Amino acid sequence: MSIAEIPDFKQTIPIDKIGVEERVSRLNKRSIKKESKLQALKLALSMIDHTTLEGKDSEGKVIQLCSKARTPYAPMPHLPHVAAVCVYPNMVATAKKALKGTNVKVASVATAFPSGMAQLHIKLDDTRFAVDQGADEIDMVISRGEFLKGNYSFIFDEIAAVKEACGSAHLKVILETGELETLENVRKASDIAMYAGADFIKTSTGKISPAATQPVTLVMLEAIRDFYIETGTMVGMKPAGGIRKAKEALQYLVLVKETLGAAWLTPEWFRFGASSLTNDLLMQIVKQETGVYQSIDYFSND
Amino acid sequence: MAERLEVLKTYKTYVGGKFPRSESDRTYRVTNPKGTHIANACRCTRKDLRDAVVAARTAFGDWSNRSAYNRGQVLYRIAEMLEGRKEQFVKELELAGVKEKDARVEVHTAIDRLIYFAGWTDKISQVFGTVNPVASAHFNFSSPEATGVVGIIAPDKNPLLSAISMIAPVIASGNTCIIVSSETNPLPAVSFGEVLHASDVPGGVINILTGYRSEMVDSLSSHKDVNAIFNSIEEPETRKLIDENASISVKRTSHYSPDDWFAVEHENPYLVLEFMETKTTWHPVGF
Repeated sequence: MSIAEIPDFKQTIPIDKIGVEERVSRLNKRSIKKESKLQALKLALSMIDHTTLEGKDSEGKVIQLCSKARTPYAPMPHLPHVAAVCVYPNMVATAKKALKGTNVKVASVATAFPSGMAQLHIKLDDTRFAVDQGADEIDMVISRGEFLKGNYSFIFDEIAAVKEACGSAHLKVILETGELETLENVRKASDIAMYAGADFIKTSTGKISPAATQPVTLVMLEAIRDFYIETGTMVGMKPAGGIRKAKEALQYLVLVKETLGAAWLTPEWFRFGASSLTNDLLMQIVKQETGVYQSIDYFSND
Repeated sequence: MAERLEVLKTYKTYVGGKFPRSESDRTYRVTNPKGTHIANACRCTRKDLRDAVVAARTAFGDWSNRSAYNRGQVLYRIAEMLEGRKEQFVKELELAGVKEKDARVEVHTAIDRLIYFAGWTDKISQVFGTVNPVASAHFNFSSPEATGVVGIIAPDKNPLLSAISMIAPVIASGNTCIIVSSETNPLPAVSFGEVLHASDVPGGVINILTGYRSEMVDSLSSHKDVNAIFNSIEEPETRKLIDENASISVKRTSHYSPDDWFAVEHENPYLVLEFMETKTTWHPVGF
């Protein structure tokens, strides 16, 4: 991509907040039943980045998480595995080993997650370490403080530098939309991330409330659509944090389908960052297949 | 002056401490024995039931962890509030064709029954807990604990008294419940929800649904997040369905259809014990 194509980020694209909310609420009314619902639930399951990002994470917990990622529910072995597990860099080697021989990817957060308050060389070292350990995907955070100051070239350069440090690993850029204040900022941060080389843009770290919301996701999806029209490059989307119910997951899938089309409805281009969503999806799938309402008591925690 | 139009009451359900309508928006006609239309009640579906189970499950942790003494106070408070509003319930029963004298006895008995079970909350584990002799150096004791979420299927007979007689022993030990009220006269049960709302019962501990049993019993008895079923319907077909469904997750089931809901035999601590699990603890003792 030549420099000339990069837009002037000082220009703000206006976002009609009311319009966005109304479109979301209209799309939420779409009813998906029976066979299509079952398909959608299974699709959503295959799009999950099964996540554990806690200070108390241990190897044991990560191994447990990986076994759930490859076989989400043992009584139904035909169910798809999740897309990836998402862990801290020092857990990547453990996860990689536990997932050997499967197609489940290992994603690692990096760049001083979740605050991103560190010097660039530390962030780059963090990224290289995760990649060396075997991470297939890197989830970086942007420096929200610099962004809000209007220091857009700083953000752009930082993302470009991390992208370079990633090598062949996919780069997901976390905008932490809960700290960006306005939808205009969300749009701007999305554009910066995509032009700087992001393979995916992601809403949140999950450590700040509000995390992923549908209006924010719609704005980011529209940014992806416009970027695709402009450059011909597909960029993936990952809402993360706060998505706990299967019903919400299906609503997100409708947003994707209506904004970007069916091409994005694969784990390659759309992911859910979540930990408790997996069990709710499983409960709904089992309900659809057996006709009996399920209880969380019968599903493993991790 | 023009004659005043009376404001008619909308009978809704009571779920999670709120009064929602059925998600289906459907209602059915409630009539008195002469066939006169007296009100509309919500015709709940399996989805309303699903939501009620979520509410009951959410409320279970807090309710079962409260001190037994506090649960007793709350049950007593329900009785107090019902006493204060008994005229309303007498009228509601009359509306459905019960004679005033009989209606009054039904309301009084219902209030007394709440007081009876309020007294048992902090006594049940003393009376039914045991210290067990064992052949090793352990202090071994058993005590009953709440089983979880209980589905109650209420009869049509004496709709207020039977509903309260089934709810009180279930919640006394810390269970939460979903009650499928009388199909022919659900009005007292719905109004009882208003009493509950004003009497310190946490939302979700008692959830009251109305509608056709045939549309709810199947989902209620097969739901894996329901731990027990308390059924008062005698019909063999219904009992068979409940038993078969309950076997899916090995639920406790109790079929209970007394001829006379006024009988004093219903005031009975074994009804509380019916919805409790015994926990036995082996505690090492040093010598």
